[in-house]
Amino acid sequence: MNYHSPKNSTKALENISFAVEKGEFLSIVGPSGCGKTTLLNIISGLIKPSHGEVYIDDEKLTSFSSKMGYMFQKDQLFEWLNVWDNVFLSIKIQHRSTVKYKNKIAAMLKNYGLWDFIHHYPEELSGGMRQKVALIRTLALEPEFLLLDEPFSSLDYQTRLNISDEIFKIIKKEGKTAIMVTHDISEAISMSNRVIVLSKRPAKLKRIYNIDFEGNHDSPLKCREDPKFRIYFNNIWKELNN
Amino acid sequence: MDYIKEREVYLKNVNTRKKKIIISRIAILIAFFMLWEIAGDLGWVDPFLTSTPSRMLKNLIKLYAEGNLFKHIGITCIETILGFLLSTIIGTFIAVLLWWSDFVSDVLDPYVVVLNALPKVALAPIIIFWVGNGIPAIILVTVLISVIVTILTVLNGFKEVDKDKIRLLQTFGSSKFQILTYLIIPASIPTLVSSLKINVGLSWVGVIMGEFLVAKEGLGFLIIYGGQISQLDTVMLSIIILSILAYAMYEAVSIVERKLRKKMFH
Repeated sequence: MNYHSPKNSTKALENISFAVEKGEFLSIVGPSGCGKTTLLNIISGLIKPSHGEVYIDDEKLTSFSSKMGYMFQKDQLFEWLNVWDNVFLSIKIQHRSTVKYKNKIAAMLKNYGLWDFIHHYPEELSGGMRQKVALIRTLALEPEFLLLDEPFSSLDYQTRLNISDEIFKIIKKEGKTAIMVTHDISEAISMSNRVIVLSKRPAKLKRIYNIDFEGNHDSPLKCREDPKFRIYFNNIWKELNN
Repeated sequence: MDYIKEREVYLKNVNTRKKKIIISRIAILIAFFMLWEIAGDLGWVDPFLTSTPSRMLKNLIKLYAEGNLFKHIGITCIETILGFLLSTIIGTFIAVLLWWSDFVSDVLDPYVVVLNALPKVALAPIIIFWVGNGIPAIILVTVLISVIVTILTVLNGFKEVDKDKIRLLQTFGSSKFQILTYLIIPASIPTLVSSLKINVGLSWVGVIMGEFLVAKEGLGFLIIYGGQISQLDTVMLSIIILSILAYAMYEAVSIVERKLRKKMFH
């Protein structure tokens, strides 16, 4: 992927190729400014790469597909809509019938502790709850996989640990495939099946780590206590700095 | 001291301060008019040049008795409100067009800058030839004066909407029109309202300017006419009425603003 501006051209990404399995949680880490978000935008189809292709189930991706859901760094909730209307935004925009989705979305809101807040406005919610609403909004259209762009980076540390744990469980429970971009190594290790390490710009694929906590992988918080966590962390840390 | 008492004291202090401010404001107003009156009556200043509150009051009664006062006020108000509404609507509409197409926006940029810098009153002679010597000319001057600022303020507001929110809607597959109606306009309500406030002031400037140039009725006409026949009482009186009206209209917009904010932010 090359970026052009009148003054200069930047090579952002070079020779990156990987596959994601169904139901897998994949993280991409790399030094800041290396092009992680660009990579995610290419995968989403929001921008077209200079070279290269994206395939979903052997089908070439040409524009943004409704099989995908995108979650941003900030929750990007609309302040002038209440929780319910925020969650139904995508359904209204696609002119789908709200009736069809009502039960499913109501069930999600109930399961994930937001039912009592559906008439509240985003400014009345805590940062963690807002991010959960954002996730349900993304899940509303029933995407097959999720693209997460540093989804916890705007939260404070404690909320971040709790919410990443909760959101991980929601994603697993809904059976979604996820690709997450992050600069937080611990977060990547604790949530993922595999971690991709990118180099400095132009970003190349440095290495892919398989993360395995042997059956302990249903809670990111617990993973952090696993003795292997340190080892993974040190390996990736060295790889990033080298 | 316990918590509740502390709070009571705090609230009392806030209240006293508020009262003090209002009393001081009224005191200044009364003092100003009294000093004006005394200065005129005792001959410190020439009442022919400065008028006095009592002379203005007499003038007010005279104008009222002639039956023209409310006609003048009414015409000026209608012109201002029409000019205000038209420039807000036209300005917002053009801002939407410029937001819609980056190309058009870039092409027109220098023209907008020139039009913004140009003193629009300079166009008045042409306008009089085009639309005649009357209310349409006044409204056109008003619209010209405030429309460019409206375009610039509103467009700026549109462009400040978070890019990620636009990307979010794109991931939902929304059309450009949907991005406009679902996101850009609701997100820009605060900007729209602040542009309303600027427009109120500019509309008054436009209307009075216009009336100076062409009118046979209205407060601007009264001011010019009073000056021509050396009736400075009428001029001063008209200015005072104008201040009251401008203040009232500004307050009306503020009330609308508060209502809108409440509705948006509950």
